[in-house]
Amino acid sequence: MKLITAIIQEDALDAVRQALIEAEITRITVSRVSGHGRQVDEEIYRGQKIIPNLLPKIRLDIAVNEAFVDITVDTIIKSARSAGGGKIGDGKIFITPLEECIRIRTNERGGEAI
Amino acid sequence: MKKAYSRKFLLVVLLMLISASTVFAAEGNGIDSGATAWMLTSTALVLLMIPGLAMFYGGLVRTKNVLGTMMHSFAAMGVMSVLWIIVGYSMCFGPNVLGGWFGWKKEYLLLSGIDDVIMGSGVPEYVFSMFQGKFAIITPALIAGAFAERVTFRGYLLFIALWGLLVYNPLCHWVWASDGFLYNMGAAGAIDFAGGTVVHISAGVSGLVAALYLGARRGYPNTSMPPSNLVMTMIGAGLLWVGWFGFNAGSSISSGLATAQALTATQTAAASGALVWLIIEGIHQGKSTALGFASGILAGLVAVTPAAGVVQPAGALALGASASIICYLAIILKNKLGYDDSLDAFGVHGVGGIVGAILLTFFIRDSWMANAASAAGGWTILQQLGVQAAAVSIAIVYAAVLTFILLIIVNKTLGLRAPADKESAGLDSAFHGEHGYGMLNLS
Repeated sequence: MKLITAIIQEDALDAVRQALIEAEITRITVSRVSGHGRQVDEEIYRGQKIIPNLLPKIRLDIAVNEAFVDITVDTIIKSARSAGGGKIGDGKIFITPLEECIRIRTNERGGEAI
Repeated sequence: MKKAYSRKFLLVVLLMLISASTVFAAEGNGIDSGATAWMLTSTALVLLMIPGLAMFYGGLVRTKNVLGTMMHSFAAMGVMSVLWIIVGYSMCFGPNVLGGWFGWKKEYLLLSGIDDVIMGSGVPEYVFSMFQGKFAIITPALIAGAFAERVTFRGYLLFIALWGLLVYNPLCHWVWASDGFLYNMGAAGAIDFAGGTVVHISAGVSGLVAALYLGARRGYPNTSMPPSNLVMTMIGAGLLWVGWFGFNAGSSISSGLATAQALTATQTAAASGALVWLIIEGIHQGKSTALGFASGILAGLVAVTPAAGVVQPAGALALGASASIICYLAIILKNKLGYDDSLDAFGVHGVGGIVGAILLTFFIRDSWMANAASAAGGWTILQQLGVQAAAVSIAIVYAAVLTFILLIIVNKTLGLRAPADKESAGLDSAFHGEHGYGMLNLS
């Protein structure tokens, strides 16, 4: 089992979610997060350009069995990459080994519970 | 006094008759300070509706579009006010030109000729002009609900400027100027006390045409598009209800019996609309929503807008209730048909306005019908129904055709539909370089 954590652009969420649903990956946790990578953004405040030091991003957490790792990752990459070959700020994907997964209602454990 | 209860824009002669029967504190120069004070208050109340509308609409769109959507209302305060001063008042309330298409009077340009004019109602003409100008602001701002979340800012500004000049001003002239052809239709004119046809039907129908022409938001209807802040929407609905007292009761252009009648009808219809919407939702969905209550308030208020001068409380109860039922059905139908009138500008304002303007015929107070009958030598409800239907149809057709032409012009020049990347990034960052809720994005 793996835990796939993806950090993506806010406006990519709809497209990624749609693509994941089409790939039959529907169990997902989404959070609004702030962070800083290589992207810089500009906002305007009373005529002054300001660079916010933390940018709003979307974080997806998806726990999957081994067989689904590749399709999940490929789907996210395809749908979260900006048009025209992608741009700085499109985000990252982290994959970590998942030691255990338990469904609270039934106490099922492991791959069955995902 | 045949037109005293039904007219927004009272003729000097009629006003003399009214003032003869009204006790008021007159100043030396012909100013009725009571009426003037109420009209000043009403002007401020109607202005309050525009930030109210901004909050109502702003709360309903997604987080990324909240500022852009609120700016649709706020920018209208700038664009439409400036245009109103320059030519709007002249086009609406000047004498007929071009076969009565709109009005025109040189002295009204830049309001230059009304500096010291006191109208027959005892109200300085500045006050009347400013009061009417607020209606010219809110009408195009209402349309923005139909194409929310998907238009460019500059395209929107050009659109409302042209729409105000070519749709609002002529309609306003036809219905409310003393030589407008709808004002003089039938025995005592088409009844539109405070803007059922001029404001709500025209804005609603134009919104529908715009929603159809521009197409749905990207992802509609499959992607969920949750409201950014229903609390703000509720505050906005509250401000609209409060402001509507100026909108309707101020439309008597007096401070007297007609004002009291309009005020009572307004409160009654708003409450009945809100309550009926709650009940329908409770039965149909199993739960009554806050947004449902707010929508019912609006449906009731919209329906009573044309009727506030002629219906008694029982009629207002019926109008508010009917408006909620029919608007509720209209929104269900919209979802079936699949077009994207995003915030239901047509579903509430267009449909509610039509319901009010037509159904009011059956609740007209007897004294109004008696006056109409004595003026025309016999007048029936069916005849008045014909006049109402004609006025509504004319408003629908005129607003739809002109809006369609303006949409094409604006979309082919400055561009009205936002490009795909800007639409998905959100209006706030794409067109304003800002974020409404900063880091506190929770939805």
